[in-house]
Amino acid sequence: MAKIEGELKLLREEVTNMWNLVHSQLTKGLTALENFDKDLAREIVMIEKRVNSAELKIDRDCEDIFAIYCPVAIDLRFLLAALKTNTNLERMGDIAEGIAKFIIDTESAFKPALLKATKVVEMYHEAIYITEEILVAFEKEDSAIARGIFKRNEFLDKINMQANELIIGYLKDHPDEINQALNLLSIIRRLERLGDQAENIAEEIIFYLEAKVIRHAKKGKLID
Amino acid sequence: MESTIIRSENFNAYFGNNHVVKNITMDIPKNNVVAVMGPSGCGKTTFLRCINRMHELIAGATAEGKMLLHDDDIYQINPILVRLKIGMVFQHPNPFPNLSIYDNVIAGYKLSGMRLSKDKRNDIVESSLTKAALWNEVKDSLHKKGTFLSGGQQQRLCIARAIAMEPEVLLLDEPTSALDPISTASIEQLLFELKKNYTLIIVTHNMQQAGRVSDKTAFFYVGELVEYDNTREMFTNPKDSRTQNYITGRFS
Repeated sequence: MAKIEGELKLLREEVTNMWNLVHSQLTKGLTALENFDKDLAREIVMIEKRVNSAELKIDRDCEDIFAIYCPVAIDLRFLLAALKTNTNLERMGDIAEGIAKFIIDTESAFKPALLKATKVVEMYHEAIYITEEILVAFEKEDSAIARGIFKRNEFLDKINMQANELIIGYLKDHPDEINQALNLLSIIRRLERLGDQAENIAEEIIFYLEAKVIRHAKKGKLID
Repeated sequence: MESTIIRSENFNAYFGNNHVVKNITMDIPKNNVVAVMGPSGCGKTTFLRCINRMHELIAGATAEGKMLLHDDDIYQINPILVRLKIGMVFQHPNPFPNLSIYDNVIAGYKLSGMRLSKDKRNDIVESSLTKAALWNEVKDSLHKKGTFLSGGQQQRLCIARAIAMEPEVLLLDEPTSALDPISTASIEQLLFELKKNYTLIIVTHNMQQAGRVSDKTAFFYVGELVEYDNTREMFTNPKDSRTQNYITGRFS
């Protein structure tokens, strides 16, 4: 095995470990939202520190590999993809932390009718599923799975676009729940951004595997 | 569109029965730097030496197929004339040890019996050393021996000697493999300058160097041309798995 292969293997493991941290933030976030568990939400904020450390470590390791091995071809593409994925995962961690803080700041448990009306739980499940698909695409080196993320992300975009209307509709009947509703709207916005970060990672996986740059391309064409 | 200066068509080279260059067809565009890389024994140096008919100087070495300079078949031209148009620089700097820097530069003219006026000689020496980025360093010691120079300077002297003959093409066989990184960097910078006036074909084992200096890269393996493409494409997205394995260091 060439020495760089060992380094890239370790880097791959680091990215996977970081993904595990972010995934744990997200799943805990969903539970905290559904059960209004503020302790669990605080745990998410703590995990964020580990995500940040992981980001710095991956950055440093990428820098070392660039400097020492001058990678080319698929190694270079992997390294570039890992570097950008690292940034995207860190942002996903930030988003999970942001959601947790909204849960912490909310005074009383979210009303089940509000959760249902906004489809936020459904959206959260989908966001977690998309995040899981990223890891599958990354580990299996499967660009078809990565492409599938664009389609799934449309669901998040759709709920996000409907959110204002749904929440206004709900508030007409429950005007005293404006605080909760606004916090949920913020959570929905963050889940939408989570999907965008997942799309970015999917693009990097495709770049690594196929040497195709699809950023800023029309996603409809990519899905087909 | 870039014009082709060298074209090989179904070109083969042999050492006795050993078929070392196999059916190579490739175009070398004018004023480009083309890097030829591949593992030891892949035929890259032999191919390079076929371009200016140095290959046939070895006993038992033969070649067949077409090697064209513009549209002229190199193998139908007097080899001395070929080497005037296609100069060569070797792995180890090899200035003539008994000649001064000045005489080294114009050695090609002397050896081919071409007589020049003193003014013309002076002009050639100055312009060749200037093009080889050596003039400022040696202009006050032109009559010292070439071997008095450092390795990097000696190699630039050899380049000056080659371009003094005003070739169209310069072949470079691992020209920096015996040099330190500073001298290597100065030669690489020089190649960038030289391509304005010449077409350069460089054999190198140093892939980073191929990436840095060349416009196009050819990958040879067991005598065959596996892949030939723009260097940036070759180093980011090689099409053949053998190229990818070689440049990423996974060659078995």
